[in-house]
Amino acid sequence: MKTALALTVNGAPVSEAVEPRISLADFLRERLMLTGTNVGCEHGVCGACTLLIEGAPARSCITLAVACDGADVRTIEGLDDDPVAALLREAFAAEHALQCGYCTPGMLVTARDIVTRLPDADEPRVREELAGNLCRCTGYVGIVRAIMRVLAERRGAR
Amino acid sequence: MKAPRFAYEKPRSLEAAIRRLADGGDGAKLIAGGQSLGPILNFRLAQPELLVDVRGLRELAAVRDEADAVFLGACTTHAAIEDGRVPDPTHGMLPAVARTIAYRAVRNRGTLGGSLAHADPAADWTNVMALLDAEIIARGPGGERRIRASAFVRGPLTTVLAADEVITGVRVPKLSARARWGHYKFNRKPGEFAEAIGAIVHDPERGVARALVGAIGDAPHVVEDARPFVTGFDPAAAEVALDAAGLPASGYERQVHFVALKRAVAQCARAGA
Repeated sequence: MKTALALTVNGAPVSEAVEPRISLADFLRERLMLTGTNVGCEHGVCGACTLLIEGAPARSCITLAVACDGADVRTIEGLDDDPVAALLREAFAAEHALQCGYCTPGMLVTARDIVTRLPDADEPRVREELAGNLCRCTGYVGIVRAIMRVLAERRGAR
Repeated sequence: MKAPRFAYEKPRSLEAAIRRLADGGDGAKLIAGGQSLGPILNFRLAQPELLVDVRGLRELAAVRDEADAVFLGACTTHAAIEDGRVPDPTHGMLPAVARTIAYRAVRNRGTLGGSLAHADPAADWTNVMALLDAEIIARGPGGERRIRASAFVRGPLTTVLAADEVITGVRVPKLSARARWGHYKFNRKPGEFAEAIGAIVHDPERGVARALVGAIGDAPHVVEDARPFVTGFDPAAAEVALDAAGLPASGYERQVHFVALKRAVAQCARAGA
């Protein structure tokens, strides 16, 4: 039996009837064709599906779509015009912070949370905060450097 | 994997949720943040017929400063505790522990009550609330009852809660001014479930000295009289505690629990220096 669901995705209202068992990630990818959110482990460990619910990072693979009724959801597609995400994209390119790109949407969402929530984070703290996003290509060095670069830029601008 | 089929309801009140659980019997399951249930649904370890979503219930979001304790509503998130958005009666212990739970994206949705009800033996609140002698408040069709956190877990993933009882919140006792604590979680990567948790709280004004041998694959083991550790680490007393916790007589598992307790005691001693 389907359940009515109304939420906001990347600023636009969405209304659909969905099966309760559908995860938010699958709803976004398969119903709304927002395939920027990647699905990796499907049990909340790898971080590839991380996006923003009410402005805070969340795992969309272990969050039911129906549990997001009334919520404001923002995916990587919805961060195109976000100034912090723009800085991070530039830094990720400059520091070779991605290779295959599968983890990158989740990495960018987590990175954005780090630089906005913890503006004074040092490298050990950045690594701690990144522990929930797995990357099998880069060895993390470039990702950490990219985040440290944006932290420094924002501290300089403050 | 994907979750199995189930029905989903979002009651408007706690009373309605309890009624729904009572009607649903064994097939009905409560969901709040879903950060423990989500994975086991995807693995199909849990195959409920009905999920009753209580995340939005105002009754479970209450936070109260009571005379001798702080009441934290069951739907308080780990992130709210980490950030100090709710009162902390433990001189920083609760926020420090919260920061070690899984990852920020999980802490933003995962709840105190949900974690306790799930009762993973390695879960942080399951262990730390037992150490702190917190009380878990549960409501069912017959009314409300208080359960000592140290008597709440019967075994792995099993609590004393009845199928139609809902945790409404946790009363965490207020530590007094001179109280100290130590907590050490052993895991190989930040955010993983603990391989061992050692912890101690010493509150001389309240006559409390308790230690924890936690993440032992079963209900947490609380040392109710931890005075041997208050003046420094006592290896012989630690061996007694590890035996009482049912750990193997030697080997890796015993060693990580020994070290976790030792480091927690050292942290507590430093806090008093």
